Amino acid sequence: MSERGVVVSKPYERLSQEQVELVHQTSLDLLETPGILCYNEEAVALLEKAGATAKKTREGEHDAWWVSIPEKVVQKALDSAPTKVTLGARKPENQVVMDAEGSRVYFGTGSETNYWLEVEPETFVSKQDGREQVFPVMKKNRGSLEYLCRSAHLAEQLENLDFFLRNVNVQDSDISGENKDVNVFFAALNYTTKPIVSGVADPEQLENVVAMAEIITGGREQLIKNPIVTFITSVIKSPLQIVDETADKLMAISKLGLPVIISTSPQGGSTAPIEEFGMAAQVNAETLAGIVINQLTNPGAPVIYGAVPVRARMDDLHDMYGVPEFCHYNMICAQMARYYKVPCYSTAGVGDAKVPGVQAAVEKMFTYTAVPSSAPDLIHYAFGLLDKTQTFSPEQAVLENHQIAMVKSLYRESGVEAGEAGRIKSMIEEVMNSPYRLYARFARKMLRRGEIFPGFPFEGDLEEEDQTLLAAHDKLKELEKQQPEHLSEDICKRIFEQIPGLLPRLNPYAK
Amino acid sequence: MLKEELIKRIVENVLQGRRNKDDEGIEEDYAGKAGVAELVQEALDNGIDTNTILLEGLSKGMEQVGEKYETGEYFIPDMLTAAEAVEAGMKVMEPHLASAGESEGKGKVIMATVEKDLHDIGKNLVSIMLKGAGFNVVDLGIDVPAARIVEAAEQEKADLVGLSALLNTTMVNMENVVKELEKKGLRDKVKVIIGGAPTSDDFAAEIGADGYGKDAFAAIRVAEKLLQSGGKS
Repeated sequence: MSERGVVVSKPYERLSQEQVELVHQTSLDLLETPGILCYNEEAVALLEKAGATAKKTREGEHDAWWVSIPEKVVQKALDSAPTKVTLGARKPENQVVMDAEGSRVYFGTGSETNYWLEVEPETFVSKQDGREQVFPVMKKNRGSLEYLCRSAHLAEQLENLDFFLRNVNVQDSDISGENKDVNVFFAALNYTTKPIVSGVADPEQLENVVAMAEIITGGREQLIKNPIVTFITSVIKSPLQIVDETADKLMAISKLGLPVIISTSPQGGSTAPIEEFGMAAQVNAETLAGIVINQLTNPGAPVIYGAVPVRARMDDLHDMYGVPEFCHYNMICAQMARYYKVPCYSTAGVGDAKVPGVQAAVEKMFTYTAVPSSAPDLIHYAFGLLDKTQTFSPEQAVLENHQIAMVKSLYRESGVEAGEAGRIKSMIEEVMNSPYRLYARFARKMLRRGEIFPGFPFEGDLEEEDQTLLAAHDKLKELEKQQPEHLSEDICKRIFEQIPGLLPRLNPYAK
Repeated sequence: MLKEELIKRIVENVLQGRRNKDDEGIEEDYAGKAGVAELVQEALDNGIDTNTILLEGLSKGMEQVGEKYETGEYFIPDMLTAAEAVEAGMKVMEPHLASAGESEGKGKVIMATVEKDLHDIGKNLVSIMLKGAGFNVVDLGIDVPAARIVEAAEQEKADLVGLSALLNTTMVNMENVVKELEKKGLRDKVKVIIGGAPTSDDFAAEIGADGYGKDAFAAIRVAEKLLQSGGKS
C-alpha cells in the first residue's frame, strides 16, 4: 500500500445522498437534452453506435453534431470504468495508487504557467534611520525548458508532492509545436522519479512520447503495468462541447490503455452557471461525456474524472480560485466521482495573488483546507501557482510543501479508539500524581513518530520583519544543490537514438 | 559493570529522559531496564564518587541534550524529561552530597509565581530545567505573596529568587518582592530574576531585579551568570 498522500478521515460530504442523485439525474437529462455539441466525427460515430442519436449542424466554419446520449450509455461506461487507477513512477515506491472507494488524497503540480518568478534577496537602506534591511526582489521570466527541469528536480525533493504535472510552458526559441511534447516529457522524466502527468500538444507526438516511456520501463507491457506517463485531455469546451482535435487525442490515448484525465474547466458565471447546482450538473455532464468516449473506445481503460470548475471574477471574467464558490464546486465534484466510483482529479492551492505574500497565503490555505476535506484522489495546481495559473514561483512551492503537510496532518484519524482508553487514563493519573503535572514526557513518542506538527518553519527570528520568503529562498537554494536522479546513461542513449526531436542539450551525458 | 559502562549508561538514560526503570525512553526497548535513579545507585554502590557521577554522567548527559536541542534534534519535552531524569539521579545522590558538603550544587533558588497569578507552566519549566542544570530548587508554587517568598528565601538561605507572572495585572507584584527583600536587609544576599510573557529586560531594570530570562534556557544562563559573578556561591 502506498504511503504517499494522506488518507482523509471521514470525507466531508457537501451534498446529501438525495442531492447527489439529483445532480446525477440532472446531468443525465442534460446529456440527452440539449445533449452535447460534438465537433469530432469519429466520436459521434462511436456514440451513435453505442445508442446515442446525433443531428448534424454547422457551427461557423465547422461541422458539428448535437448528440443526445441516453442514460444507459452513460451507465455502461461508468460500469466499465475502473475504480482503481495507478499513476506509475520511475521508482515504484513513488506510484500514486488511486482507489475511488478509498479516501487517499495525493498532491501534485500543474499546469503550464507562462512565467517563472525569480526571487533575489537585495539589501536596502532605510531613509528613516539608515538601517540596512534585506528584501526579496521579484522578476518574472518566460517559461523555458531549463525552468521545467528545475521544477521537476524541485518536485523530486518536496516530500509532500506526489505527482509532477508539467508546470511551466516551455517557450525556448528551439522549441516548436513538433518537438515540444517529447522534450517536455523527457525533461520531466529525467529530473523526477515521481509520476509524470501532461497533455500532448501535437497528436502526432503521442507515439514518440509513448515509445520514450516504453524504453524507460522496458516495453509496452511493462508500461501498462507501471504507466510512468499519464495524459490530460481537455476534451470539453464548456459549455457541453466536445473539441475535435482533443477528442482524437482522447481516443488515441484510450486505445493505448494508458491513464487519462478527462479535464473540463467550466467557469461559473461565464461558461457555466454560477450557482452550485447548475455548475455541478453541467461539469458532471461534461466529465461523464468524456468518460463515455474513453470507455466506448476501450472499455476498462484507466480513466480519471477530471473536473476543474472555477468561478469567474466579476470585474474581468478571469478565473478566480481563492473563493468559497470554487471550493463548493470542487467538493461536489469529488463527491460525484466517489458516487460513480471513478478516481477524481481536483484542484486546490492556486493563488489569485500575483506574488508570494499574505494574499497568496490566505487564498492557498483556504482552498488547501477546504477541497481535500472531500477526499478527491488527486489535487493538482498545488505547489507554487500564482496570478491564477500564469506564474510559477519555486519559493512559493517550497512554502506550500509545508502548508500541505499541515493539511495532511489536519485530516488524519483522531486516534480515539477503545484499545487506547486504558493507556490514556493511566497517563493522566500518573501526571496528576506528579509534582509539576506536565504531560511533556508523554509527547515525545508522538513527536518522534512525526505525529505532532512542528509548525510552519519559515518564520525567521527578526521581530520587525517578515522573513518568510527569504527563508523559503534559502531552502530552495539548498534543495537545488541536490544531485538530480537522472535516467541512466544507457536509457538516455537509446532515447536520444530512437526518439526524434529531442534537443541534445537535455542529454545529461552529452559531451 | 565497569565504571565507564555505568557512566555511559547514565548519560544514555539522561538523553532518553528515563528517571527509573518504569519510564519509557524516546526510543523503544527501554521498558523495565534500569533508569538514571537505579544506575546512579549502582554507581554509588560500586564506589564511583559523586563528582564523577555528576560531571561525567548527569551533567554530561544534560550537555548533550542541550546540544541536541541547539541542532533541532531535541525539543522542550526532551529537555524537560532529561532534566527530570537528572533530578531523579540527584535525589539518589543527595545524602552523599550532603556528607561531602556539596548539597547546594550550583546554588539555591526559590521559585514562585507571584501573588494573584495562577499560571505555572513557565515557572515549572524553569524549575525543572534549573534542577537539571544542577541548582537546588525550592518551588513555592503559584499565587505566592511577596512576604512568603522573602520568608522562604531567608529560611532557605537562597542565592536567587526566580519570579514568574503571565498577567499585566500581576507582574507589578514582582516589585513587591524586591522591595520586601530590601526591607528585610536581604537584597545584597539574594539575586532576583524574573520571567513571563509580559515581562522584559526593561521591566526587570525598572523594578530593580537583577535579570530577566525570556525563556527557560535564558533563565538558566542568567542564573548561572549572576551566581558566578556576584552571588554567594
